[in-house]
Amino acid sequence: MKVKVLFFAGLREALGVAAEAVDVPAGIVQVGALRDWLAARGEPWPALATAKNLRVAVNQHMVGLDAPLNSGDEIAFFPPVTGG
Amino acid sequence: MQDGFSVSVQEADFDAGAEIARLVAGREDIGATASFIGYVRADKVHAAAAEKVVAMTLEHYPGMTEQALTDIVEAAQGRWPLVAVRVIHRVGRLEPGAQIVFVAVAAAHRGEAFAACEFIMDYLKTRAPFWKKEETPAGGHWVEARESDDQATARWAGR
Repeated sequence: MKVKVLFFAGLREALGVAAEAVDVPAGIVQVGALRDWLAARGEPWPALATAKNLRVAVNQHMVGLDAPLNSGDEIAFFPPVTGG
Repeated sequence: MQDGFSVSVQEADFDAGAEIARLVAGREDIGATASFIGYVRADKVHAAAAEKVVAMTLEHYPGMTEQALTDIVEAAQGRWPLVAVRVIHRVGRLEPGAQIVFVAVAAAHRGEAFAACEFIMDYLKTRAPFWKKEETPAGGHWVEARESDDQATARWAGR
């Protein structure tokens, strides 16, 4: 299953990547599992698992880590927002 | 969005007076506008270090940001009878004293104008995907989210 993964702010800097096209292995069907799989790829990826109060959006809507994944989804990981 | 309701994410500065004038132009059903402007502050509140903030850079999530702001304005419309709303949030590098965010609400009466303006700002602070990076003489760092902002949003849930 192919998805697009985005990272923002401090997380983008820690990981050194803003966007990535990812082919997700079968069996990974939720956002939380995707995060764990990405985080297991060696340095610097564990930062994704240890990020405090990690927020996630699927197709530009905030969701929980139990949200389902579908082919073609845009999944964004980011720290709590600080606008305004 | 419905006529009279709009959101913008932009690098350019804004003229609050002109924005409010546009909101009420040609209308006779508006009895009140309430507005809010947020500014870049030079002092340091998120860390013990005493360095002054020389600038901050606002990052956002293009596409989602506009959608999130639209959702927030529509949630406000669902709570109060509003005539018009304008939200502007700047991105990019801003120096102390610069305007960052503008919210203006027009309604028949002041009660809903005040309440909706505060509601929109409270939700914007915790739901709209913007991130601030402060620049000081010692280097840059990302601003941490404040729990008080989550509490400010949460208090609307019971109302």
